[in-house]
Amino acid sequence: MRFHFKTSYDHDIRLFPDWWNFSAYGALLLAMVSLPLLLDSFFLSEVTNVMIWAVAGLGLMLLTGQTGQISLGHSAFMALGCYTCAILMNAGVPFLLAFPLAGIITGVVGALIAVPALRLHGVYLAIATLALAIITEDIIVILRQWTGGVNGMLAPDIVLFGVEVNRYVNPEYWYYMVLAIVIIVTLIYRNLLRSPLGRAFAAVRDSEVSAQAMGINVARTKTIAFGLSCAITGLGGALMGLFAGAFNNETFTFLIAIQLLMMIVVGGMGFIHGAFLGAIVIAFLPQGLSIVTDSFRWMSVPGLEFGVFGAILIFFIVFEPMGLYGRWLKIRTWFELFPFARRDMFRRQKSYLKTERVR
Amino acid sequence: MSLLELKNVTLKFGGVTAVNDLTMSVEEGQVFALVGPNGAGKSTVFNMISRFYTPFAGSITFDGEDLLKLKPHNVPRLGIARTFQNIELFERATVLQNLLVGRHRHRRTTLVEEMFFAGRSWREERAHRHAVEEVIEFLDLQAYRDKYIMGLPYGVRKVVELARALASKPRLLLLDEPASGLSVEETQDMRWWIEDIRRQMGITVLMVEHDMGLVGKVSDRVLALDGGKKLAEGTANEVQKHPKVIEAYLGTGAISKTASATGERV
Repeated sequence: MRFHFKTSYDHDIRLFPDWWNFSAYGALLLAMVSLPLLLDSFFLSEVTNVMIWAVAGLGLMLLTGQTGQISLGHSAFMALGCYTCAILMNAGVPFLLAFPLAGIITGVVGALIAVPALRLHGVYLAIATLALAIITEDIIVILRQWTGGVNGMLAPDIVLFGVEVNRYVNPEYWYYMVLAIVIIVTLIYRNLLRSPLGRAFAAVRDSEVSAQAMGINVARTKTIAFGLSCAITGLGGALMGLFAGAFNNETFTFLIAIQLLMMIVVGGMGFIHGAFLGAIVIAFLPQGLSIVTDSFRWMSVPGLEFGVFGAILIFFIVFEPMGLYGRWLKIRTWFELFPFARRDMFRRQKSYLKTERVR
Repeated sequence: MSLLELKNVTLKFGGVTAVNDLTMSVEEGQVFALVGPNGAGKSTVFNMISRFYTPFAGSITFDGEDLLKLKPHNVPRLGIARTFQNIELFERATVLQNLLVGRHRHRRTTLVEEMFFAGRSWREERAHRHAVEEVIEFLDLQAYRDKYIMGLPYGVRKVVELARALASKPRLLLLDEPASGLSVEETQDMRWWIEDIRRQMGITVLMVEHDMGLVGKVSDRVLALDGGKKLAEGTANEVQKHPKVIEAYLGTGAISKTASATGERV
């Protein structure tokens, strides 16, 4: 069992509570940096894909896990981020500028959409955002002189510091680029959580009335949460489109948004780790399924992927609402307290997706 | 001038008059108690002061400032903090985080500073933490500092809510039934805390409370409400003996009985 001996308030404010924690994440970083030496280009692309999903998932996590607002429309913001980035790059803006700009534009648009949308609560918000996702697919077709409509767009070449980053020529560069972006996004997320705004998000999630009584402007906090969430998801969308090489109106369907929501539920709602664990499940499940069907020499089963996704989602909601990361926390607590852990230590858990509190 | 003044305040919900032409004033440094039977409009008064409800008529001023011009989230900035009758804590956060939310009115960092934890962030965080630790010390919450609210017993939650309100360093503290659901010992603690809050911290307290024992011990001034109307105002003793108050609690027959019991004529 570990003890934290705290000698100053800084111990609680720091990113890493103790040396053990710091070295664990240091080791993880080292492993991630040395991964291209160990894996071939196929698996490296798979890991890159996981990290891209994680960026998009972190965006939705900020909104749903931290602020308690559900969104089934985040595929719209992935599309917006992706097309904005590509259009800017085609206009000659360098990637290093176009990419953050795409995030900012997506965030601003998201915040504007949030102003009317966040007057809705629970299921109504879910339906409104779902409608947004479906409309977006048509808007992409309508705006074909910019988006290429159903023919889609080819991802422009990424040039970083004078070097072309191409997933087929130098997949390790792509990998490092996404790794850097993931780390930056995660750090921003962590910083928000340990500052007043992050606590205001949690306050809005758990009790709007008392958040207001503490001086939190609920409407503004929700809008900021939506904007930040859309910005991060937009970055994820931009990476996804550029990584895919080509994208059209069918790349970012509302199914992507549902997958994104499923991902954070399976991973663990409200935890940064949850977004990553969920991304691993989402990104590797199709590959895993095809390996299984191949090895049993089955024909491809239509709809198998979504069927399995749905089964996993139901399984988690019923048996482990805290997701994979919650399960890990329980196992860790059991070992840390051995043999004093009690079965009901985590009994008073609730799911904080506020769909049941319909107003 | 009084710290908080309500003048001829009236609030109606449809056909129900929740508060009817109420005038009251709370002086700085007082412990002021609102009493009355259920549905008398006590919590409604609180909710008007926190601006969750807007009165039909009348005015509410705090230290000369018109409260009715403010949005609910701006009320705490003037230095008004409150607790709720049915505890409204942030369940999936620790006690420490809950108290830090209480510091929200002192937030000075901007969004960009917070995103990169740059600029004033460190200094501000330490200052918030320092202020919160003082409250934790004051209310003996050290053992619960890193515990999640959802695992805490009712009595502790009640104290955490008081702590969260105190963390904002208010000038006026609104306590909605601070002793409801507490054991005798916990009520005793609450009494001492309320006295210390007034004496050591110099915070004015306005509270709604049913426990007349507690009200009698801590409050300087008591106002009895029924059906949204003021029945009596004065010291706890005066209010308790007031015939209209006895009537409201016990019914008309009670007055003659009390009177005959004490040998007085009505």
